[in-house]
Amino acid sequence: MAEAAQAPKSAVALNDVAVAFRVARGGLFTAVERATLHVADGEFVAIVGPTGCGKSTLLNITAGLLAPAAGHAEIFGAPLHGLNRQAGYLFQADALFPWKTAIENVAIGLETAGTPSSEARPRAREWLKRVGLAAFADRYPHMLSGGQRKRVGLAQVLIRDPKILLMDEPFGPLDAQTRQIMGNLLLDLWSADRKAVLFVTHDLEEAIALSDRVVIMSAGPAARIIGDWRVPLTRPRDISEVKLDPAFHDLHREIWHSLKAEVIKGYAQAEGA
Amino acid sequence: MSRVTLLALQILVAVVCIGAWYIFSTYPIAGRVLLPPFFFSNPVDVAKQIVDWFVSGVIWKHLWVTLEESLLAFVIGSVGGVAVGFWFARQPRTAAVFDPYVKMVNALPRVVLAPIFTLWLGLGIWSKVALGVTLVFFIVFFNVYQGIKEVSPTVLANARMLGMNERQLVRHVYWPSALSWMFSSLHTSVGFAVVGAVVGEYLGAAAGLGYLIQQAEGVFDVAGVFAGMFVLAAFVIVIDVIVSLVERRLLIWRPAPSEAKP
Repeated sequence: MAEAAQAPKSAVALNDVAVAFRVARGGLFTAVERATLHVADGEFVAIVGPTGCGKSTLLNITAGLLAPAAGHAEIFGAPLHGLNRQAGYLFQADALFPWKTAIENVAIGLETAGTPSSEARPRAREWLKRVGLAAFADRYPHMLSGGQRKRVGLAQVLIRDPKILLMDEPFGPLDAQTRQIMGNLLLDLWSADRKAVLFVTHDLEEAIALSDRVVIMSAGPAARIIGDWRVPLTRPRDISEVKLDPAFHDLHREIWHSLKAEVIKGYAQAEGA
Repeated sequence: MSRVTLLALQILVAVVCIGAWYIFSTYPIAGRVLLPPFFFSNPVDVAKQIVDWFVSGVIWKHLWVTLEESLLAFVIGSVGGVAVGFWFARQPRTAAVFDPYVKMVNALPRVVLAPIFTLWLGLGIWSKVALGVTLVFFIVFFNVYQGIKEVSPTVLANARMLGMNERQLVRHVYWPSALSWMFSSLHTSVGFAVVGAVVGEYLGAAAGLGYLIQQAEGVFDVAGVFAGMFVLAAFVIVIDVIVSLVERRLLIWRPAPSEAKP
């Protein structure tokens, strides 16, 4: 991988990272094997791979929620110990506090840092407006739709202004139209102050449409990074329009060609198990 | 089924039951009274007894005593249950040490403790409160413990990523989760507080609904026993309605059980 030129300035640098879990009867399950991945500051990188290949574990390592079994992670050049304080994490599953209203959920990220409520509330309200939920500030999460909950989650993470944004299939459970709207919203918010983004998805089209670089992982166990493509599409992009671009199709075909073999391998393993 | 029909049918059930009770306890059928009044009394006598209690006002004293005992048992048991539940859930080692003893005490039928409490605390309200506390405590304790253990790992990871320290985690994540479990067991724990009070009174007291029933039983006053039971049932229903109102207010953030997930 020709990422050496970017290495000194990388927002995220995973060097030869491996992830292993202890399983029953003393065995060791290697989820990810020697993955090296660098994300430059302001770069939007998507990780694509078949289900169960350990994409999320790479995010958890970057977040500091999981320690690598081998290799090391660096954040802006400093080795990562414990939680990554510079990262915001949008989880795949519902992670809002169900006992807090939308605005309380957004404000909490500031309040934990010591911002008084009188200051955090107006800013939270502003963020809810930015994600299009100004009218839903006093709703509890269960009163919101799946897409609205993701918007609240996005506001909750972004209000803290993290330098690095980690997203784990954030739009996975949403329907196709909502995904497209959420994708455009994300690009809008991101273009305002380009953060480094690590975006995990199993949807190749979504990955190409959103990102600057697409990284492909092989099927697990012992998943590896098997490809790294730069996306030649210009910004700003509109997700529905960018999918009509011939360059989009060329890249999609090229990546899909290499991904297909891995998907089939993943299926074969799942069936065999 | 419309509301009116439902209510009508519900009233019909009561009318039929009381009617049958009245007929079988008053008129001989095939030469025999099926429900001998000595054992079953009859609705008219029971109603007379209830009216008499309320008109003379003696019932209020007993109701108040039972209510007081139930409330005290509920409050003390809940506070203790929350405190210990929290402590155990956050200190797995302590929990592991005490685990067999907690199970042992919880397995014990609490009624056998009543005579001991009477011995220790006398015939006043505190022996009944103590019995209620032993019942309420374990319900609240197990729920709070469970509530803290079962916080969603994603919510917890999110809280940590949002920069919460240990104290903030307790306040914004563990505490609300524990309380929600405690409130969802509110009906059970309040019910057990009343059970503790009444059973305690029944086994030895100077006032209260349980005492009233026990006294009537002592002189074979079956109408008095039934009247006491009806007053007690009404008392519990009133408390249950109040608990439902409180619950609806406190658990506003929860989806209604019947509501489909969006």
